[in-house]
Amino acid sequence: MIAVALLSVAALLVLAPAGVVLSARPRGSIILYGGCLIATSTLCVTALSDLLFFAHLSPSATLPIGLPWLGAHFRLDALSAFFLVVVNLGGAAASLFALGYSRHEDSPGRVLPFYPAYLAGMNVVVLANDAFSFLVAWEFMSLTSWVMVVSHHREAENVRAGYVYLLMASFGTLTLLLAFGLLASGAGYSFDAIRASHPSAAVAGMVVILALLGAGSKAGLVPLHAWLPLAHPAAPSHVSGLMSGVMTKVAVYGFVRIVFDLLPEPAWWWSMVVLLVGGPTATLGVLYALMQRDIKRVLAYSTIENIGIIFTGLGLALAFKAEGLGWVAALAFTAAMLHVLNHALFKSLLFFGAGAVLGATGERDMEKLGGLIHRMPKTAFAMLIGCVAISALPPFNGFVSEWLTFQAILLSPQLPSWGLKLAIPAVGGLLALAAAFAAACFVKLYGISFLGRPRSDVAASALETDRFSLTAMLALAALCLIAGILPGLFIDALAPVSKAMVGNIMPHQVGLQWLTIVPIAESRSSYNGLLVFVFAALCGTAAASAIHRLASDRLRRAPAWDCGYPDPNPAIQYSASSFSQPIRRVFGSVIFAAREIGEMPPPSSPRPARLRVELHDLIWDGLYAPIAMVVGFATERINILQFFTIRRYLTLVFVALIVLLLVVAL
Amino acid sequence: MNALGDILSQGAQMSLVLGLAPLLTGFVRKVKARLLRRRGPPLLQPYRDLVRLMRKDVVLADNASWLFRVIPYLIFSGTWVAASLVPTFGNGLLFSWTADLIAIIALLGSARFFQALAGMDVGTAFGGIGSSREVMIASLAEPAMLITVFSVAMIAGSTQLANVAEFMGSDAVGLRVSLGMAFVALTIMALAENARIPVDNPATHLELTMVHEAMVLEYSGRHLALIDLSSQLKLLLYVSLIACVFVPWGMATADASVDRFAFGALLYLGKLTVLGFLLAVFETSIAKMRVFRIPEFLGAALMLALLATLLRFVSGSL
Repeated sequence: MIAVALLSVAALLVLAPAGVVLSARPRGSIILYGGCLIATSTLCVTALSDLLFFAHLSPSATLPIGLPWLGAHFRLDALSAFFLVVVNLGGAAASLFALGYSRHEDSPGRVLPFYPAYLAGMNVVVLANDAFSFLVAWEFMSLTSWVMVVSHHREAENVRAGYVYLLMASFGTLTLLLAFGLLASGAGYSFDAIRASHPSAAVAGMVVILALLGAGSKAGLVPLHAWLPLAHPAAPSHVSGLMSGVMTKVAVYGFVRIVFDLLPEPAWWWSMVVLLVGGPTATLGVLYALMQRDIKRVLAYSTIENIGIIFTGLGLALAFKAEGLGWVAALAFTAAMLHVLNHALFKSLLFFGAGAVLGATGERDMEKLGGLIHRMPKTAFAMLIGCVAISALPPFNGFVSEWLTFQAILLSPQLPSWGLKLAIPAVGGLLALAAAFAAACFVKLYGISFLGRPRSDVAASALETDRFSLTAMLALAALCLIAGILPGLFIDALAPVSKAMVGNIMPHQVGLQWLTIVPIAESRSSYNGLLVFVFAALCGTAAASAIHRLASDRLRRAPAWDCGYPDPNPAIQYSASSFSQPIRRVFGSVIFAAREIGEMPPPSSPRPARLRVELHDLIWDGLYAPIAMVVGFATERINILQFFTIRRYLTLVFVALIVLLLVVAL
Repeated sequence: MNALGDILSQGAQMSLVLGLAPLLTGFVRKVKARLLRRRGPPLLQPYRDLVRLMRKDVVLADNASWLFRVIPYLIFSGTWVAASLVPTFGNGLLFSWTADLIAIIALLGSARFFQALAGMDVGTAFGGIGSSREVMIASLAEPAMLITVFSVAMIAGSTQLANVAEFMGSDAVGLRVSLGMAFVALTIMALAENARIPVDNPATHLELTMVHEAMVLEYSGRHLALIDLSSQLKLLLYVSLIACVFVPWGMATADASVDRFAFGALLYLGKLTVLGFLLAVFETSIAKMRVFRIPEFLGAALMLALLATLLRFVSGSL
């Protein structure tokens, strides 16, 4: 099993240099993305069969590369297998999409060599079984994705995005390096040795904080999210889909591996920290998303929301695990893992849809789109499913994982510690708010860009996207529906992961009457997506056929009514900013310090009146800007060092030497 | 009871909610009219309106998409399924375990999602204003509703409506502060979700503060009939929900005899009459709010619900 996985990763690594050659050829990108599709599909199938049938085996392998006394350790246990499925499902979908989408790429040489390397990097992170390989692969993944973020480097915005991303990625790797340093201090770098060692409570606590900072900065936890909405949209759309849908999940993997696997039994306050970061991340992420007008940026902010939901689930799992309620911990952990998979499915789908729109119109700005459901009906259909699924509405998959998370929250009165008792209802409230905002956000995204009348000529003359892209999107949409109506299959597949990480599993689901899911007991709660779907479909078709047969099926077209005053100008429609104006007014005045400034010209002046909306990112202003200012100030001061004479440099060296000697002597 | 009986009672429940929904709306309208010393339309007027609308041609705006034509059926089926899952006259229905209270709320959320999309499909200013305000109201109402559900579910130890109703009907409940708060919050939610005064005015067109009616402005004929019927179903759903959670007495259990079911049905009609009357009295005694006062009104419900949940955490008996 692991040999197949490693060989496929090696194939991806071979494809990377081949990309340099292939990018010069007319059909090179087809060959490269085709190769990636085959490699990732192989990996996906291998990992899936391992998760389903051989999860208890956990085969491992050691290759003689890397540090000479350590080698590179790899292991394919249940957790790695599950995340391999997620990574490669997303990777295969992105490669399939890119088969068609790559014709929009004007400089393939900037993307093609790095794309397979990036995929390989993510796979190695998940497979690594020692700290050294893990960190090297992690950094490899960051750097290859960074190259693709700045691939359109002529746009100033992308360069800035790349700069911020590089800084944050280095910060994340640094904290992870420190975390592993603390873990390995008594044991050694291999994960087996770390698992066997018993760090003290203080060290374990520090490792949790460092892991949360390191993995959280990659996943986009507030307040470490600032780079994400800049960097994810800047990359080509299939890479954006991978970064948002998959790479954030690799970060989640890093956190789970360190906190649930490598560290000993958790303390209750760990979960408190995770919950207090996760809940606000969910709500703030989607509120930011609501204020945006760039399609891809909306999607990137919504990724932050979903990461918040996942970390809330993980926090709940930690809390229940720490307090010895293993069966609830299994429920919360399974909910989080299911959301990992679900979010990878619908976020990739939505980014591909945004890419299709970008390819057809050249626009990412929603204010210039509209009416695309007429011009791109199939893309619009797939996007609709993605939007419903991400808004956590039944019968699609997003609802199932949120429902499971809510069920875990409802069991929290059983926890003994008071801090958690008070924090968890608040976090539950934040999640409920986030779910409602997500629906509002995706009504806006879909309604403004796909419905209504076209707001620009490019939108009015858009053409449907190619077959490869459509296949990728429709396949993901179908998976969203399947995971929504047959969640029992997915919950059962996750059992070995939950067994390995929290030591408990949810009750066995497949085989229950009508494939219902029952997280705890039937007297508590149950949900059957399949029956809801069949019920609703039957009611809808029955109503339609009855009305058409018995009452009337005639239809005629006429101009829109609009209360008698239809205006042919498409500018009369609601725009993205006006759609979110009520929510901005209710919530934004505090959270974004939003202000609307109306400028009326004096009565005699022919100037138009203007309305300006000011939004502030308080986290950027309050956290990042001061740090940037201090760093800038310090570098400017230190800059004098660059212009010394040789004499002064020698003096400096001499003084430094004296100081060092003094330090050693003392 | 045997499988056939189960299916019959589930079918009876589904047709009952569908048949009663317009009557409840007609009843509320009639009481409101009488309170304003008007004679008001006859009780059966909503049925006549529906039949007339269904027989008319659909006049579709020129640039309406396929989604616009599908949405009325989506809204109707989502609302109908949700409404038929709330226990009315009898408990322990065949499909009661299909969806719990959270799923019922989410089903209504799906219906609203599509309704808001429909408002934006034709690309008119009125549709946009309705959708935009609807999602603003929903962004407060939905979390408040969910947290109310949390507090009720924590007291009853279940999110399954059948079990909640059974627990609430037993002696184990007692008087609880948190239940009182949850009741007030749920009532406010019910008003907001059903576009009633003071949040929205169900009887108006062409008013700048309207929400629900603005979204469905472009609909006509059978599409409009379905959307109207869905709104009536939703009103019935919320009234049944309040009855089922807070006054569940007299509900027949799954294995009860036929006369128990008949008694339960009669009692259910009585509950609907009382609650419908109270709704009409409330609506006539209060004025509609400005749009940007609604968040404060709903925020109060949100806080009440959160307080009820916290109380439950602090003490098991409050």
